[in-house]
Amino acid sequence: MSLFRTFETGFRGIASHRLRSILTTLGILFGVAAVISTVGIGQASSDAVNSRIAQLGTNELTISGGSSVSSGVRGGAGSAQTLTMADVTGLSDKGNAPDVVAVAPENQTSSTIVNGATNATTTVEGSTQGWLTANSRSLADGTFLTSGNVANHALFVVLGSTTASNLGAQVGAQVNIASTPFTVVGILQSTGGSGFTNADDIAVIPLTTDQDLLTGQGKVQRIVIASSSSATVGSAYIEADQLLLQTHHITDAAAADFSIVSQSSFLSTAQSVTTTLTLLLASIAAISLLVGGIGVMNIMLVTVTERTGEIGLRKAVGATPADVLRQFLVEAATLSVVGGILGVAVAFAVGAVLPHVTSIAIHITPLPVVVAVGVAAAVGLIFGVYPAARASRLAPIVALRSQ
Amino acid sequence: MAQPLIDISHVSKIYGRGDVAVSAVDDVSLSIDQGEFVAVMGASGSGKSTLMNILGCLDVPTTGRYRFAGDEVATMSEAQLAQVRNRRIGFVFQQFQLLASLPAWRNVELPLLYRSATHRKLRAAAALQSVGLSDRIHHLPAELSGGQQQRVAIARALVTDPDLVLADEPTGNLDSASSGEILDILVNLHASGRTIVLITHDAHVASVATRQLTMRDGRVLEAVAA
Repeated sequence: MSLFRTFETGFRGIASHRLRSILTTLGILFGVAAVISTVGIGQASSDAVNSRIAQLGTNELTISGGSSVSSGVRGGAGSAQTLTMADVTGLSDKGNAPDVVAVAPENQTSSTIVNGATNATTTVEGSTQGWLTANSRSLADGTFLTSGNVANHALFVVLGSTTASNLGAQVGAQVNIASTPFTVVGILQSTGGSGFTNADDIAVIPLTTDQDLLTGQGKVQRIVIASSSSATVGSAYIEADQLLLQTHHITDAAAADFSIVSQSSFLSTAQSVTTTLTLLLASIAAISLLVGGIGVMNIMLVTVTERTGEIGLRKAVGATPADVLRQFLVEAATLSVVGGILGVAVAFAVGAVLPHVTSIAIHITPLPVVVAVGVAAAVGLIFGVYPAARASRLAPIVALRSQ
Repeated sequence: MAQPLIDISHVSKIYGRGDVAVSAVDDVSLSIDQGEFVAVMGASGSGKSTLMNILGCLDVPTTGRYRFAGDEVATMSEAQLAQVRNRRIGFVFQQFQLLASLPAWRNVELPLLYRSATHRKLRAAAALQSVGLSDRIHHLPAELSGGQQQRVAIARALVTDPDLVLADEPTGNLDSASSGEILDILVNLHASGRTIVLITHDAHVASVATRQLTMRDGRVLEAVAA
């Protein structure tokens, strides 16, 4: 029998049981749609993490103080007061750390800023003139803090774009932080980023002023340093590590009273979590595809049993076992390929609608689409083999007699 | 005839094993020449259906030899048997065995599909015309009377121009008027030179054939020339 006629016969077989064929197809449809959608959602969140990494810059390192031990319980990194302004000065010295181009101490507190009748609670960071470069940021308006401001304990503040618009403050405005009047000297360029912490919701004041008002004298919570490029971040790490071990008089690196992490290491952790979650969800979706395949097998077995008489007749008029095998394989594969293609359509529909009704982003890439449809076709063929083989082995007289 | 169309010798078909073994066909030898019209009679259980299955290459004998037009078929593979059935034998069954979802001409076309023939619709239409159904080509089986359905089945048996037409109780499900039509068609086919084997339990039906065989307990008891 020609291939074309085999397909035509197969389609006719499917069309003669419309409802059953539709229901069988649905199993594959949802399986494929689920696989593509979950991988698409995973892809979108992975993209988001990637863009955050690009935004943060891969040339930054954050040095935190050592962990304190209180009543035998070790606290988190930075809970002990081990970093000082001397460390900042030391790291700024090109002779000690040639690959470090910017150094900025950061003392973070959550504080309320008042501008007339408006107030906003934000992250206030006490830092130095190096903050801008160390954090790869730039100004939208005004000027940044100078070394003179830091030395003079100036009551100057630079606002993030979100904070500025929340307060309705512009350069030159007077705001109150901890009941102390500050002058807004600059507004930061927006990073456009979003996430758990908004880099645009921030206020930077001189470290000295911060120590006076908020965090206490001599205190440095952490130090952010930037290397000249992402290629030199490794050597900057080593230089900072060596210098601090030396100045802190620590011989055993394992007993260091500070820790250095790269910004991107937080995000690679986030990324691996995302990947694991995507894999988990896709596995569950793949199982539903498998269940769809078993549905195809089930329905094909019913079909073979129901059409025993037809198989007998076809054999009597000259169908070989191979002809019968092909016919039922084509039927099974057609059911699952049609289901697969409809599943792709459903996945794209989900991709188009989901971002409008929820906050879930979805990014459908070609690979999972191709793989899911391919797997659907394979599932149809694999689960169709057994019923088709059973049909092809039926003896024509037994089959004819069944009617 | 130099060579009989059907030549079976010492053929037995045994179902079951050991104590429960039953010989449905028991040591039958039979020769049918080209152009004969043979009726095989017998009560149900006499083994006539089993004999027909063997003659029609739908089943293979347990023991014995079967030459169809000179070819040994008892040892053929399933695919080879399928080819013999497709090219040399036309079947007519008691239950018509039409596919309900296909119109008359698609049913008649069926054997041609398995031999990749060309002009299938024309040939199917011609076969339907030869049984007087040229105005029913596009009807579904459900839209036809029993007699008409059996005529579609005969057209399907004839469309491949077979050496042998094998009819198993072709009138068993029909009223006497339709039965008469079907038997007339078979008689005409014989008159035009075709070899026909007709299986029936009805002596009246068998009387249209030129040679009658009777089976009892798996054996061919008598062969009386009409």
